[in-house]
Amino acid sequence: MTQGFYKILSNIQLTRTVYKMVLGGDTGAITASGQFVNIKLDGKFLRRPISICDYDETTITLVYKVVGVGTEQMSKMTEGQELDVLVGLGNGYSLDKCGDKPLLIGGGVGVPPLYNLCKKLINEGKKVTVVLGFNTKEEIFLEDDFKKLGAEVLVATADGSYGVKGFVTDAMKDVDYTYFFTCGPMPMFKAIEAVASTSGQYSFEERMGCGFGACMGCSCKTKYGNKRICKDGPVLEREEIIW
Amino acid sequence: MVNTKVNLSGIILDNPVIPASGTFGFGYEFAELYDINCLGTFSFKGTTKDPRFGNPCPRIAECDSGMINAVGLQNPGVEKVIENELPKLKACFNKPVMANVSGFSVEDYAYTVEKLDSQEQIGWFEVNVSCPNVHGGGMSFGTSPEAAAEVTAACRKVTDKPLYIKLSPNVTNIVDIAKACEAAGADGISMINTMLGMRIDLKTKKPVIANKMGGFSGPAIKPVALRMVYQVYEAVKVPIIGMGGISTAEDVIEMMLAGATAVQVGAANLVDPFASKTIIENLPKVMEKYNIDDLSQIIGGAH
Ligand SMILES: Cc1cc2nc3c(=O)[nH]c(=O)nc-3n(C[C@H](O)[C@H](O)[C@H](O)COP(=O)(O)OP(=O)(O)OC[C@H]3O[C@@H](n4cnc5c(N)ncnc54)[C@H](O)[C@@H]3O)c2cc1C
Ligand SMILES: Cc1cc2nc3c(=O)[nH]c(=O)nc-3n(C[C@H](O)[C@H](O)[C@H](O)COP(=O)(O)O)c2cc1C
Ligand code: FES
Repeated sequence: MTQGFYKILSNIQLTRTVYKMVLGGDTGAITASGQFVNIKLDGKFLRRPISICDYDETTITLVYKVVGVGTEQMSKMTEGQELDVLVGLGNGYSLDKCGDKPLLIGGGVGVPPLYNLCKKLINEGKKVTVVLGFNTKEEIFLEDDFKKLGAEVLVATADGSYGVKGFVTDAMKDVDYTYFFTCGPMPMFKAIEAVASTSGQYSFEERMGCGFGACMGCSCKTKYGNKRICKDGPVLEREEIIW
Repeated sequence: MVNTKVNLSGIILDNPVIPASGTFGFGYEFAELYDINCLGTFSFKGTTKDPRFGNPCPRIAECDSGMINAVGLQNPGVEKVIENELPKLKACFNKPVMANVSGFSVEDYAYTVEKLDSQEQIGWFEVNVSCPNVHGGGMSFGTSPEAAAEVTAACRKVTDKPLYIKLSPNVTNIVDIAKACEAAGADGISMINTMLGMRIDLKTKKPVIANKMGGFSGPAIKPVALRMVYQVYEAVKVPIIGMGGISTAEDVIEMMLAGATAVQVGAANLVDPFASKTIIENLPKVMEKYNIDDLSQIIGGAH
């Protein structure tokens, strides 16, 4: 982990409530897809954890949804402004055991961290299928970006306004996969857990005090002992999770 | 050259800045970021007789100028602390460390202090009496002078190391409790622990914290902490470690003027992992600004 000041290179609206922010600065501390950053905002005491959607040597892309005061404040920030950010937090996804046909399942704002993961898997020559779940057509984001990477993309909308009507579990029914990676809301995780036929990794969220393992604010129990979502997670393996 | 050294019960600290228990783990997370030997010392995570997971999540809530935590003393228990944590601590910190101890009965406290007493690197004990007493209907030891004195006396019997009792601010008269601890053999008072608080989520219309309430800390509580340290300084002869909302070198000086010999930094470490180091680096220039040559000379200066 490193702390640094990052310049906002762009901050654009993707949907009514979702924004994409690109930050410029040192990305040397990022070691895996699925890690996150923790952002200090003026006037807010705690930092805001946001997943790294994508990164290269000098930029970090974040995709975030406005849900409260902090993300609202972020959405109003403009190009050229600076943010104090802790970078390279958490374990991230591990690509070792995923076989040749990994399935990526994202729900709502759980979609962003899968983007860089997808990129890496495709670079490794895997046949990647991405299943994205949203409430309705207007809320869909990143679909084309995943397609451009060369993944097969299936979208499910709860109201049936686009793609498969229903949930991600409806869209993944006929997918042939060797492993899965997922990020999204708890009800989606439980639905996946009920139907998934392979091993996989889940990325969790929890309210955080520090984001780097110091306060024990984000702990959960696993079959392998207590883990801090911020440091030992956010990604946990299917086999260790206690539901 | 200004002098930032202070004497804390016979051990000289290079500076009075001490990361507070529960906000610095066992040091090694921070040692990855900077050389933590710049610290006066630090107080390690509250250690109990048995391992504890603590309370269910969510156990953190944001507040204006502060935070609420309901971690509930998650720690691996004293045996594992000795076996796993202290060796790791020793590898990155070469000064005496402060052992923060919690318990749910008088016997628990004495057991844990006695176990830790043989650990060479432990310079001081800081006994947190804010925990509920399982034999006392769940009332915190820190809310009654008698219960606080009982814990103090039991710990006093099992260690000769400097013994600080860490007081809860959630009481009607903190002075009486401090005096009772002093009379029972405490070498010093550490104060304040977090203040009981809560937040409610307007979307769910329910408390943010699963446990409903938790300990409020951060800059918002500084005036309360200053007031309490000031009052206790007038009533006891033993040294005070002051804390509550400290986040700058100016705050350190203000707390020392109120009566603190050393100062702890809590929540500030969580939002800025370099907070304690930055405070230490800024201390000399802030001392110069206020014409302070020797920090130990200003202790209680506001009285
Ligand atoms: C590891 C991790 C990765 C995340 N990645 C993303 C992402 O890529 N895109 C995205 O849109 N959101 C992401 N989130 C959720 C995001 O952190 C919250 O939406 C955000 O903190 C809300 O802040 P706010 O001030 O707008 O909301 P408020 O409700 O006003 O925030 C109040 C407090 O609660 C905390 N909080 C509120 N909701 C959450 C939540 N769901 N998880 C953790 N803390 C929360 C805030 O950080 C803040 O301390 C992630 C969360 C975690 C833990
Ligand atoms: C996340 C967190 C965990 C804490 N854990 C402990 C603990 O284990 N033992 C203890 O005596 N105090 C604990 N405290 C209290 C702090 O040590 C300190 O007394 C309090 O937070 C006030 O200081 P601050 O305002 O600088 O945070 C904890 C505080 C926080 C924020
Ligand atoms: S948020 Fe502090 S340990 Fe995870």
